Formats: sequence, C-alpha cells, structure tokens
Amino acid sequence: MKGCPLSCLWCHNPESRMSHAEFVRMENRCMACGLCNQEELAGRGTRVLSDKDVESCPTGALQKAGLEIEPAALVKLLLRDRVFFDESGGGVTFSGGEPLLQMSFLTETLDLLRAEGVHTALDTCGYAPWRDLQKAAQRSSLVLYDLKLMDGVRHQAATGQSNRIILDNLKALSEIHAGIWIRVPVIPGINDDDGNMGAAARFLSSLAGIRQVVLLPYHHIGEPKFARMGKTYALAGLQAPTLQRLESRAAIFRARGLVTTIGGRP
Amino acid sequence: MSERTERLRQESLAAKPSITGERAEIITRFYQQNHDKYSIPVLRGMSFCAIVEQKELWLGERELIVGERGPRPKAVPTFPELTCHSVEDLRILDSRPLTQYKVDPLVIELYQREIIPYWKNRSMRYRMFAELPQEWINAYEAGCFTEFMEQRAPGHTVADGKLYRKGMLDFKADIAHAIAALDFERDPEALDKREELRGMALSCDAVMRWAQRYAELAESESKIASPARRQELLKIAEVCRRVPAHAPRNFHEALQYYWFCHLSVITELNGWDAFSPGHLDQHLWPFYEKELADGSLPREQARELLECFFIKFNNHTAPAKQGVTAAESGTQTDFANINLAGLLRDGSDGCNDLTHLLLEIIDEMHLLQPSSNMQVSRKTPDNVLKHALRVIRKGYGFPSLFNADAVVEEQLRQGKTLEDAREGGCSGCVEVGAFGKEAYILTGYFNLVKMLELSLHRGLDLRTRTQIGANTPDPAAFTSYDDLFAAFETQVRHVVDIKIRGNQLIERLYATRMPHTFLSVITDDCIARGKDYNAGGARYNNTFIQAVGIGSVSDSLSALKEIVFDKKELTLPTFIQILDSDFEGKEILRQRLVNKTHKYGNDDDFADEQMTRTFRMLFEAIDGRPNTKGGAYRLEMLPTTCHVYFGEVCLASPDGRHKGLPLSEGISPVQGVDRLGPTAVLKSAAKMDQVKTGGTLLNMKFSPSLLEGEAGIENLHSLVRSYFKLDGHHMQFNVVNAAKLREAQAKPEQNRDLIVRVAGYSDYFCDLSPALQEEIIQRTEQSSF
Repeated sequence: MKGCPLSCLWCHNPESRMSHAEFVRMENRCMACGLCNQEELAGRGTRVLSDKDVESCPTGALQKAGLEIEPAALVKLLLRDRVFFDESGGGVTFSGGEPLLQMSFLTETLDLLRAEGVHTALDTCGYAPWRDLQKAAQRSSLVLYDLKLMDGVRHQAATGQSNRIILDNLKALSEIHAGIWIRVPVIPGINDDDGNMGAAARFLSSLAGIRQVVLLPYHHIGEPKFARMGKTYALAGLQAPTLQRLESRAAIFRARGLVTTIGGRP
Repeated sequence: MSERTERLRQESLAAKPSITGERAEIITRFYQQNHDKYSIPVLRGMSFCAIVEQKELWLGERELIVGERGPRPKAVPTFPELTCHSVEDLRILDSRPLTQYKVDPLVIELYQREIIPYWKNRSMRYRMFAELPQEWINAYEAGCFTEFMEQRAPGHTVADGKLYRKGMLDFKADIAHAIAALDFERDPEALDKREELRGMALSCDAVMRWAQRYAELAESESKIASPARRQELLKIAEVCRRVPAHAPRNFHEALQYYWFCHLSVITELNGWDAFSPGHLDQHLWPFYEKELADGSLPREQARELLECFFIKFNNHTAPAKQGVTAAESGTQTDFANINLAGLLRDGSDGCNDLTHLLLEIIDEMHLLQPSSNMQVSRKTPDNVLKHALRVIRKGYGFPSLFNADAVVEEQLRQGKTLEDAREGGCSGCVEVGAFGKEAYILTGYFNLVKMLELSLHRGLDLRTRTQIGANTPDPAAFTSYDDLFAAFETQVRHVVDIKIRGNQLIERLYATRMPHTFLSVITDDCIARGKDYNAGGARYNNTFIQAVGIGSVSDSLSALKEIVFDKKELTLPTFIQILDSDFEGKEILRQRLVNKTHKYGNDDDFADEQMTRTFRMLFEAIDGRPNTKGGAYRLEMLPTTCHVYFGEVCLASPDGRHKGLPLSEGISPVQGVDRLGPTAVLKSAAKMDQVKTGGTLLNMKFSPSLLEGEAGIENLHSLVRSYFKLDGHHMQFNVVNAAKLREAQAKPEQNRDLIVRVAGYSDYFCDLSPALQEEIIQRTEQSSF
C-alpha cells in the first residue's frame, strides 16, 4: 500500500513512499518513440505526464506506480489465488509503504478476507497511532513488525522519524497479540553494530509475547528503482553483509533466547 | 554409483552416435530371397528372426544387463523398409552440426550397392507419398502439420505388469490356443488371423533366440575372463537362459527380461517413441521386497543393477530422422520414459521404496535417457513428491510431474475401465495411455498460428504461394470478431480433415503392410483378437493430433479482437498488410502489441477466453472422430521442438511476433509475456479443460535461488498440488543456470518472465540493474551443478 511515514535510507520500495500515484520510467525498456514527450519533460519540465502517456507508451517503459481500488474489488482479485492459499496455508500480507496510513481501507479489506477464511498478515513499521495498530493487528493472524534502530537519534537520522512510538507500540502489541515476527534489517554501517543489535535483542527479550526474529540482509534491489523515479540513492556502493556477519548478528539475538532466522529462511 | 556403473556411464556418455548398416543389410537380403514366399505377418516375424540370428552381439566389459540393438552402443540401425535414406541423407547425417550421426563410407557404399536399389520404390515412405493426395502434400509442405509415420512406425506404447508374470513360452501357448480356437467355418478373417498369430509366434522365437545367443556368448567369454568377471558372465548366461523364455524369478531376471522386450520392440520396427517400462517401481516391487527380506539382494546391489539398466537406455540413440521430421523433433532422445509413484490397480497409492531408490539413481546418473516422470495422485505422500522436487531443483528438467488423478479421469472419458486407466500413465513427453493394452499413436503436430494466418488470407499460404485452406470470405468483409473466428474455425476444420484423410491412409498402410508382431504379443488383446497392434488388435486405440501454438494464437486473437473489433483502431485489411510486411516501419505498433495487449498466462479473462474458445473449437473438430482401428481421434497439446519449425514457416502474427520466430510451446504462455508470476500462469492454463485431452505440456522456469532450502521445496510443492487440484495434467520445471541468465541479458524481450530471487525477495531478472544481474549470475554459477 502506498505511502510511508518513514524514509529509510535503504528503502527498497521507494515507489511506495508517497501516498499518491507516481510515474516511473524503466529506462531499459524505453524505445525513445517520443509518444510521451519525455525529451521535452526532461529538458524543461514544461509538461506533466498523464495517465494517457502511460496508456500510449508502447513498451511499458512508462508506468504508474499506484492503483486506486475499492476493498471489494481488491478482494475479488486476491481470491483468484485462493487455491494457492488453500494448498500452501498461505494468504495475504498487507505491506507497503505503511498499510496503517489507510486505516478504513485496510480494516475493511482485512474483514472481507477473514470472512472468506483467508489468512491475513500485517507488515508494519509501527509508526502509527496505537489505536490504529491495535485495530489492524486484531484483524491479522500474523504481524510482521520492523525494528530498525534502538537509539532515537540514530533512528531519526536513518529513517526521518523518532522511534519512540514504534517501541511503545511494540511493547503494547506484544501484550495483546500472539503472532508477532520481528524483522530487523541488517544494514552495514548503519544498524549492524553490536551496540544496536544487542540493545534490540535486550529489548525484545524483555517482551513476553515475542519469540521470532528474522534478520533481513541489506540488498541493492532498491537502487535502480530510485533511478527510475529520478531520485538519488543514498547508499550507493554499500556492500551486502556477508553470511558470516549475518550469523554473528543472529547469534546476538539467539543468545537472548530468540528464535532467529536469516532472510526469512530457516 | 559403483565404480562399475561410473565407468559404464562414462563410456555411454563418451560414445558418439553412428549409423550401422547391419540391420539394413540383413533385412534387405532376407526380403530379396523371401518377400513373395509368405504372408506379410509371417514374413515380418521371420525377418525379425533373421536379424537377431545374424546380428553382431555386443557384450561390454563390466556389463550386468546385456543387449544392444546395434553392434555397439549408440550404433543406430536403419529401417529401409520404412524409410530408405538417400546417399545425400546419409551425408547430411554425417556432417550436420546438431544431432549428428557418424556414417562410415562402407555404409554409404552398402546403401548405394544394395539398400537403395531394393527399397527406393518399396519403402513405406515411398508408398505413402505415392498415395497421399496433393492437398495433403501441399498442407504438409506449407507447415500446417507434420507426419510422425513418415519415417517411423507407430510406437508410443508402454509395458504393463503382465510381462513379469509370463514368459515367451507362455505367450506362445496363448498364441497356439488362439489359433486352435479360430473358426475357419464362420469367421471370414480366420485365415488372416492365423497368419498374424503365426507372425507373433515367430517374434517370440526371435527374442528367445536373442537371449540364447547372449547366454552362449557369455559362457564362451567366461572361459577366458578373470575369476571375478567369470562369475558375472556365468550369472548373465544363467539369466539369459531363463528369460525371456520364462517369467522372471528375481530382480535381475526381471530387468533383463524387460530389456530384451524393449530391444525387440525397437529392433523389429523403429516406433516413435521407442518403448517404455511404465510403472517400474510397481513392477519390480514384488521381486525387490522378497529379495531384500531374504537377504539375497541388498539395496546397493539393486541400485547397481538398476544403474546398469539405465545405461542401456542411454546407449540407444533415436533412429536418424531427416528433413521436416528432424526439425519437428530435433533431438536424439528416443523418449523412453519411466513412471514413478501413481496408483495401483485397486486405486491405492503405488509408491514404495523403489520409488525413492529410482529417484536417487535419476539424481546420481542424470542421463538423457531414460527420462522419468512422477505420477502424482492425491494419495501420493508429500515426502515422495518432495523427493522428486529436490531432484528437479538440480535443473536436469526431470522428473516431470503428472496429475495421476487427472490421467485416470482422462482415460475414463475415453471409455477405458477404471482399473486399466489406473494401470496406465504417461509416456513419451506427456501422452496418456493404458499401458500394455493400448495403441496410442501420435500422428503429427498441428500449426494453430498457420490456421489463423490462412483465415486472414482466404486460405492462401503466402510462403509457398499455394491455396492450402478453405476459400473463406475476404477479411475486409468481416464485420465482427465472430466472423473472424468462424473463418479460423473453417480453416482448422478444413486442414484437420486433410490431415485425417492422410492419417487413415497411413494407418491402413501400416495395418496391412507393416505389422509389429512382437509388440502385438505383449499388448492386450492382440493375441485374443488375432489382430496386429497396427491393425486395431489392442484393447484401446487412440490416435492423437498435437496442436501447437495455443499461447501465440490466443494472444493473436486477443489483439485482433481488441484493436480491430473492440477499439476499431485499425481495419483488418490494414492490420493484415502490416503482418504481411513483418511490421516494417511499424515498430511502435509491434511494441504495443507485445507489451500492451491482453496475454494468455496472466489470469486475464480477456485473453484466456480466446484460449478456451480456441480449445473448445479444436476439441470439437478432432475428438471422437473414428480412426481405422475401431478407436478415435483425440486432441493433445504438445510441441516437442516443433514450435520452432512451425514458427519458421509462419508470417508475423498479430501478437507482435516477428515472421519466422518460434511459436509458444505446449500450453505455456508466449515466451516472456506472463508477467504476474507462476500462480497466474497456472490459473490461465487450468482454464483449459485439460481432462478432455490426451495430454498437455506446461513448462515453467525458475532460478535455483527461488527454490533454495526447505522453504523453496515447500513453495514448489504447494504450487504443484494447487495446479493438480485445478485438474492440470502436467508440469515440468526448468531451473535456469548462469548460461540462461546470460541469454536473458542479451535477449530481455524473450525473457521478461524470468523471475529470480534476491535475498528473500524476488523480481523479474530483466528489470534488475546490470550490476545486480551480474551479482545474481555469479551466485547462480556458484550454485550450478
């Protein structure tokens, strides 16, 4: 879901930051046919792209990131995959951006899916009013909750926001929800130091309801997406963590009795 | 692998295919002396006896299972009575860069001197082309369809379990009984039946003689062999004295027995596909279980015997094909295919420990032949399917997976008994049959895109400048999409009629001139009916036509419907002109057709409706039409490599495909247009009522990283079970290697659908940055095999 209150440096879905639809250009696909007047746009910015440009783009190089859809219509679309949900025990995960920014849509869609017996999960950064998180979490069998930096100042620097609400929310959520997986991105030089990882592990182990931690290794997939949107990528040149480094980070959490996996794999 | 099988495997891989003139020479001399002395079935039986009596035997060092069709591994005999290669054909085989067969100058000399003069106006191929009408020849040359029996005999069948319960002497007793029961007073066919049965009895003698010669050879070689080898050779001799004359008593004899039957089927005639052991794990289980329990056959010894058996398949390269027939199936694989798991006759689960042992062997040996498949039923345990998926993950392309419950349902629809259907399965690529009881013959691929092309040109084929199709109305006069579809249907029916008229003639030529006496012995109910396998003797007789290009044609119809009839952006004549000039100067339109029209494979009802409508129309045009054997025509959706040849003969198509490029294959979407992931492909494919076919083929490609770990296996497992729950027939997985990723970098437009996994996250490979692509290629290389 589009729109995010944070702006993490390592963001791999920059197209989901803004709440409104945006135009995205895939340079590798563009055949320079001129139908969208990109040259003119690039030169002087005199013309604003429209849906018509996206429609007429023959190669699909020009795309619109963002789709407006009603809950009932979305659920109809999602249920096309019901056989796969049934066979795998899987379901629908709401992610983004930050789903909690669109509460009425989110709760309505979650309710419709649950009425159909579909497993639901909420993937959130936790930066939202407690009441909203509570409402959405109660409608989700699983909550994937991101924990990035324990130090408020560093959190502010890396994500653009303070972590106070995030930590408070997690503490409250852990008291009312049994299915929480904590997801910790491992961003070299930003949050992977012993100090931060140790503090996160300490905090998590103090919360009774939390057992599962997933470390998400930094990767470069966001980089070309920034370029496509004409934005600069702050972490250009950053190397992904080695497996050895990841294992030593995982050990910090495991030492606190937390069941920790890397990259979502056992 | 034991040291023995490792060595045998290396030798088999190193052997280069070659042509041997041995069989051609024996059969030609036999015919020269005997052709007018006997009835045709007896002549065939006797000629088979002559081959096995006179041929050179190969007994390789270290072999435990014996028998080669040629004088050495991968030496492929010719079948001049079916198709007589010209000197030029032989030179091409010897020099072509792909699927090459070495041809010794002495073979060419033999052909010039004896083979060609005798067979050039007598071979089946000669007779066929002399009889086939011009309309058939024109359509064939235009690339509307291919013809399987043009160079190879009707094959496509599989052994059932009765082989392991009866020896050739038992079959001969059945034959004698059938002859004794003939009613010469009231049955006008009694005399013909007696000749057929006599031919069958002769072929039993032939296979027993073949085994006897091996017993003699092994005994004589044992006298000069090392002590260890002496014991093995004496064991081989003992086995060959027992089988195939008698039913096998143990695991070793069972394997050797099957192998003699296999050799006999593929030596008497060159059926396409070779022959297959069917449910090998089920058939061998009683022997294995008993010997494992009494300690006479440890698991590792069973493994070694099975490995020796596998190598025998790999030694047998397909008979050499020429011209269009080589193009439609450009491979030296002879399509022997082993079925794993599946159901027992009583409907219970057919898995056992041999299912696992065979999977281990398939994994270890990864030979081109035999190919393997798993028949996955609702009852197949998850751990068995997951074992297969772990082998698949390694990227060999096998085992392929079939929906055993759908395979049963498909056969019930064709009127088979429930038990016969359960004992059946799949052979060749994806074909469904009742093993040991059915002649299910593929007759040729059918070019769907060419049919659409004909409907846009009033039946005229622009490439050959010949009127091939029906004279349907001028496209300028089509006022609706239905008018266009009606013309398409008319062309399909017109060309199917031409194809079937040709098929009937070819079937009768085989029925009367080229009985398959040995295959008739082991196929129910040929003995009881006194009829040959090629003449309707089998209990069930289905004739298949295999449609190619359903993805391409569905996308083309979707584009025409949207652009011409719904949005009216182009008139049909203008669109046709653009296609005829291969989109020259119209790249923007072509890009739009490729990227912005509805495509089959995305769970998009607009495109998928054109697919289901085309499928229903094809089904109506083909299914249930009578063949000459008391059976019926059936529809298959299978390409082998024919989608490449069919693409070559087609103009540009309305889906944006350039002239000459490949069509879509099987029921897979057009290469690169499925953009919504594997679940959407499966949803689209499952909209086809696949239970009404005799087989469909769906290819999917994954990067190894997508299937990593237990989670990868779990996901793939759910995907397979979901597709089969939706009545999908078959799926196979290409797990791509680094070379494939390089190709995707070079040709992104054809590989847009390639998904790769990036650190717990997946994306389309072609949309990744060059640097990231490099990273993934390196990772893939590291995890390649």
